[in-house]
Amino acid sequence: MVTILFDGIAYGMLLFVLACGLSVTLGVMNFINLAHGAFAMAGGYATVVLVNRLGVPFFAALPLAFVVPAAIGVLLERTLYRHLYARSHLDQVLFTIGLTFMAVAATDYLAGSQQVFVKIPQALEGRFDLAGVGIGKYRLMIIVICGLLTLGLQYALTRTTFGSRLRAAVDDPRTAQGMGIHVNAVFAVTFAVGSGLAGLGGALGAEILGLDPHFPLKFMIYFLIVVAVGGTSSITGPFLAAILLGICDVGGKYYLPKLGAFVIYTIMIVVLILRPQGLFSRAQGR
Amino acid sequence: MSTAPGIVAIALADRLAQRARWQPVEIVFWAAAAASVFLLPGKHIILAEIAILALFALSLDLILGYAGIISLGHAAFFGFGAYCAGLLAQHHLIDEPVLALAVSGLAAAALGFATSFLVLRGSDLTRLMVTLGVALMLREIANRFDALTGGADGLQGITIAPVLGRFAFDITGHAAYVYALAVTFLLFLAARRLVHSPFGLSLRSVKGNPLRAAAIGISVNARLVAIYTVAAGYAGIAGALLTQISAFCSLDVFSFDRSADLLLVLIIGGTGYLYGGLIGAVLFKLMQDWLATMTPQYWQFWIGLVLVAIVLVGRQRMAGWLYCARGLVPDMLRRR
Amino acid sequence: MQRTKLVPMLAAIAAAFTLGTSHAQVKVGLILPMTGQQASTGKQIEAAVKLYMQQKGDTVAGKKIELIVKDDGAVPDNTKRIAQELIVNDKVNFIAGFGVTPAALAAAPLATQAKVPLIVMAAGTSIITERSPYIVRTSFTLAQSSVIIADWAAKNGIKKVVTLVSDYAPGADAQKSFSERFVKAGGTVAAELKVPLAVPDFSPVLQRARDEKPDALFVFVPSGQGGTFVKQFIERGLDKAGIRLIGPGDVTDDDLLNGMGDQVIGTVTAHMYSAVHPSPTNKAFVDAFRKANNNLRPNFMAVGGYDGMHLIYEALKKTNGSTDGDALIGAMKGMAWESPRGPISIDPETRDIVQNIYIRKVEKVGGELYNVEFATVNAVKDPVKAEKK
Repeated sequence: MVTILFDGIAYGMLLFVLACGLSVTLGVMNFINLAHGAFAMAGGYATVVLVNRLGVPFFAALPLAFVVPAAIGVLLERTLYRHLYARSHLDQVLFTIGLTFMAVAATDYLAGSQQVFVKIPQALEGRFDLAGVGIGKYRLMIIVICGLLTLGLQYALTRTTFGSRLRAAVDDPRTAQGMGIHVNAVFAVTFAVGSGLAGLGGALGAEILGLDPHFPLKFMIYFLIVVAVGGTSSITGPFLAAILLGICDVGGKYYLPKLGAFVIYTIMIVVLILRPQGLFSRAQGR
Repeated sequence: MSTAPGIVAIALADRLAQRARWQPVEIVFWAAAAASVFLLPGKHIILAEIAILALFALSLDLILGYAGIISLGHAAFFGFGAYCAGLLAQHHLIDEPVLALAVSGLAAAALGFATSFLVLRGSDLTRLMVTLGVALMLREIANRFDALTGGADGLQGITIAPVLGRFAFDITGHAAYVYALAVTFLLFLAARRLVHSPFGLSLRSVKGNPLRAAAIGISVNARLVAIYTVAAGYAGIAGALLTQISAFCSLDVFSFDRSADLLLVLIIGGTGYLYGGLIGAVLFKLMQDWLATMTPQYWQFWIGLVLVAIVLVGRQRMAGWLYCARGLVPDMLRRR
Repeated sequence: MQRTKLVPMLAAIAAAFTLGTSHAQVKVGLILPMTGQQASTGKQIEAAVKLYMQQKGDTVAGKKIELIVKDDGAVPDNTKRIAQELIVNDKVNFIAGFGVTPAALAAAPLATQAKVPLIVMAAGTSIITERSPYIVRTSFTLAQSSVIIADWAAKNGIKKVVTLVSDYAPGADAQKSFSERFVKAGGTVAAELKVPLAVPDFSPVLQRARDEKPDALFVFVPSGQGGTFVKQFIERGLDKAGIRLIGPGDVTDDDLLNGMGDQVIGTVTAHMYSAVHPSPTNKAFVDAFRKANNNLRPNFMAVGGYDGMHLIYEALKKTNGSTDGDALIGAMKGMAWESPRGPISIDPETRDIVQNIYIRKVEKVGGELYNVEFATVNAVKDPVKAEKK
């Protein structure tokens, strides 16, 4: 019972790290980036190459799993995405799905279509018992890392100059620009961090979710659910939503195995009917 | 005798009639479709599938292009219609395909009516996710009741009776294509009438500005519910068509990929003028088929590239190029 | 608006249709999942089929073999349409491939209607071959290995088992065959668990399995999913809790095995092929396959494709190049040969494959993980069909 709860939290944390970048681009920049999963995949594959082929230690590879997708993110943001901020949502959907297809096929070409695995350190394998509750070591690590990340993000958004610039740029880009904030630069950095976090999520999630070229399409729905349920006005919203979904998904599949993913779809619909702006969003006047 | 409002009404009716009048190019389109029955007998299998996709896209256009409701779960109705038709045939409840088609369409419309209340509120993202959720839930339900639906293995052993007792579906796909095309055409006519009717116009005003529409006395929600129901019925018929011509039905009819592809089709063709879905379906399917033949493993890459290119170049600009190229075509026609 | 778009598009559509092919050769339509979640199956089979054609030449009995590869993404609706097009438009003489059972079942009626031999190179549900007299299988049935592993488990001190299978026809076959045989041999099946075929999440069901405290967990997941499963099995500590992992060999798929980590060492499975099967035929096959495919290790799907192509070649030789469907099927019935997996034959009554089932244990060979065979059951027929008689 407690083990299921623990697993659910770990799963939820992972979903949050994977999806929070999407929530930021959507909420902050009003941009539907369905290619978000592709950045997660890039992080995952970067880790596989680093750890398995080049022999980089797992924990040393994790920062790189952040850096590589972040760099790709900046590159794409500056060259392509930038032109689409002002376009309709439909164009954005078409464009980012196109990118996703390209990423899927390119990964298949470069890395093969079979699942790949990161060789994780011995110390993270298996689990231990704590007061009769089985705790997976790897999942514990996920909770620790993701928890720290969340705190860091929250701090960065609410307590730093960059955070206030970002919030200003979101609330009113024109005024922010007038106040001397480089809105474009702020957005680019935000996009990069979002992509990087997805990459880190992909690297951490490879062990649990499996990693193959189909990854961005397979998990796109989950990311969207997290964002839709959590709302896009803060990062606490998606965080709580991700935890809730993680627990309900794992719990639902444990207690009602025949209904499978039915539980989280139901939760999503109920939430969205009651709170169309998302479960944890403040009422929006905009 | 005629008062000022009367004149306005007459003028308005005149404009409407003009809008609703058939353009030559539309006639060419349908003539080409009819000609394909005789000229392209070898392509009937894929053409039948294109006709179904076109009908399905037309259905999405009704809600997206005319009512502004974006849906990522339109496969819910497609799948519901598909399973209805499949079960009706499997248990020999209704053997006549045309009748079964109508019943499946009505069933899907009923489902559309029931779920329409979920999409009345909320932002684009909310609607996207609610519709997606409905489709995925139906998929889980169909999987759960595998005694009825066959689960992940699909409905097996369906036999479809000949259409109107005469035209049997065979391996060549001729009957299937003519049947699918005829159904699509008839439903297109109905849709065309619908969007040019006062009801269709009121929908457009709702799409343009719901608040103002409400202010001039249009009951916004009733309109949205109505069109959503109609569109669901259309999608259900498209699904039923697929089941009937393939004598098979699997969980894939509810899949997210199907809804997403549909959205792509409609965006490629353009929304809000009914032909967008039809043209998009033809282009998308042919492109996919051609690329998948060229490179079975990596065709997705090239599709992706095309989508990206479409957006970057911009549909407006492409339409502009076509507009320049257009000058040539009527010339060639006239010269004969 | 309407006009600007319509006219040129019509022209483009008309132009797109003016492509066509037709030759007096023997055509083989290969329908495989080349994209999507089962893509690795498609890749393995395509590579093996192409290897065979490269080794044996593309001319048989005076006819040139032309291969047409199509992607169905493992979606049965697509499979059916593609098969129909291949038969009607391309006039193929064989349809082959079929990555998953639903795909094979969807295409079965077409084989009957068109009298075209349908060679199943991957899908493993018993009923497939019964759906048309024109279906021949060169892969395996799940019942074949499930029954053997049930016997083995019962003889090796395993008393209580939990079964866990993918929720579709092959999974049901595996579960049923295993449970029946195992219970008959005196064992008990404590729980029968299922996971969805698409996007499976194994951790909740594995927790359930663990809670039952069985001696062993019998598992079937389709090719390509074994890796995630084993990772979760270990992460959940089932190995440490003394629960053994047994099943048909799909779970320790050669394609993924080496990436699973050393914890899988000792897993016992029953299957028809291992890449380290000790025979000269297999050694040559594996070497050639690796050389042609960037050192990719062939798995049981590859061998199904390789043998399927062999069957097509040999049948054509027997009919002297005649492509009559009935003659070809007649030629295939009872055919026997030495495959990389060992001696195999086509059962003349059921058109299903008869092959040795090996019991294997995962071990480290030359720094890589392999399924090392340690016992053989000779010439196993599909038990499901054998029981019906």
